[in-house]
Amino acid sequence: MTRLLLALLIALAGPVYAQDSLPPAPYAYKQLDDPALEAKAQALMETLRCLKCQSQSIADSDAPMAGDMRHQVRSRIAAGEDPEAVRAWLIERYGDYVSYKPEISETTWPLFAIPLVLLALVGVILWRRLGRAR
Amino acid sequence: MTWFRWIVLALAAGLFGLFAYMLSQPKDEFVESAMIGEPIPAFDLPPAVTDRPGLSSADLADGQPKLLNVFASWCVPCAAEAPNLARLEAGGANIVAVAIRDRPEDVAAFLQAYGNPFSRIGKDDISAVQLSIGSSGVPETFVIDGKGVIRYQHIGDIRDSDVSVLLAELREAGA
Repeated sequence: MTRLLLALLIALAGPVYAQDSLPPAPYAYKQLDDPALEAKAQALMETLRCLKCQSQSIADSDAPMAGDMRHQVRSRIAAGEDPEAVRAWLIERYGDYVSYKPEISETTWPLFAIPLVLLALVGVILWRRLGRAR
Repeated sequence: MTWFRWIVLALAAGLFGLFAYMLSQPKDEFVESAMIGEPIPAFDLPPAVTDRPGLSSADLADGQPKLLNVFASWCVPCAAEAPNLARLEAGGANIVAVAIRDRPEDVAAFLQAYGNPFSRIGKDDISAVQLSIGSSGVPETFVIDGKGVIRYQHIGDIRDSDVSVLLAELREAGA
């Protein structure tokens, strides 16, 4: 019974994981020859979101699309592009969401402003209370 | 001081209410392209099958608005949307396509099985064009106007109700 169930599960799982059969892009799994450039690429890839598996970075993901994104990153860096220019290229296409690096922008500024406001509030309350106790 | 406590309580209750509401909402996992309104980046893809020409960005700026379908033979929803692509073609849409990470024989078999509504099919083996237009999966369908500017993006398979929307977007783009 268990075996039948397992066989059934495997049969059902097939189509869900339907993926292409092409080999990965040249630089999906191959590091750049220059260690300095590879380090730059690696640091950047760790802060870019995999669009197929959205809680992973493209450095962590084995999704074919993440491999294709690593190829883009490595070949652009090998061509002399600045890592931040590559990040900007992706943000231009996918919006802020593709980057894990915190940026202050039109939509994210409250995330940075609210803690400061709260700290100021705490300061005021403490100052008033302690001031009164004295 | 009591009013102050009530305000804090109301704020906390409101916050937890917001958490409860957001947790009950399905997660929106679509990443929309930020390229709407932008000209399509330059590319030139070889043909994906023998009986259709390849696709370049110049083909998308030839004066006639088009639908650009990003698909793959290994993608299940791409097969599901085939009847609606046929309806779009019957509705007068010129549909061009980019095949993502696909073998020519697989694309040919896929089109044989589900129909071929495409006038051109480019072969994108490393998702380069897909990444350059901000598409994050298959299938996706873009409306490109006659000047090659991206006007609209449909994410996921084209359902029955999406056909009229896409035709309207195509008309708006000048078809």
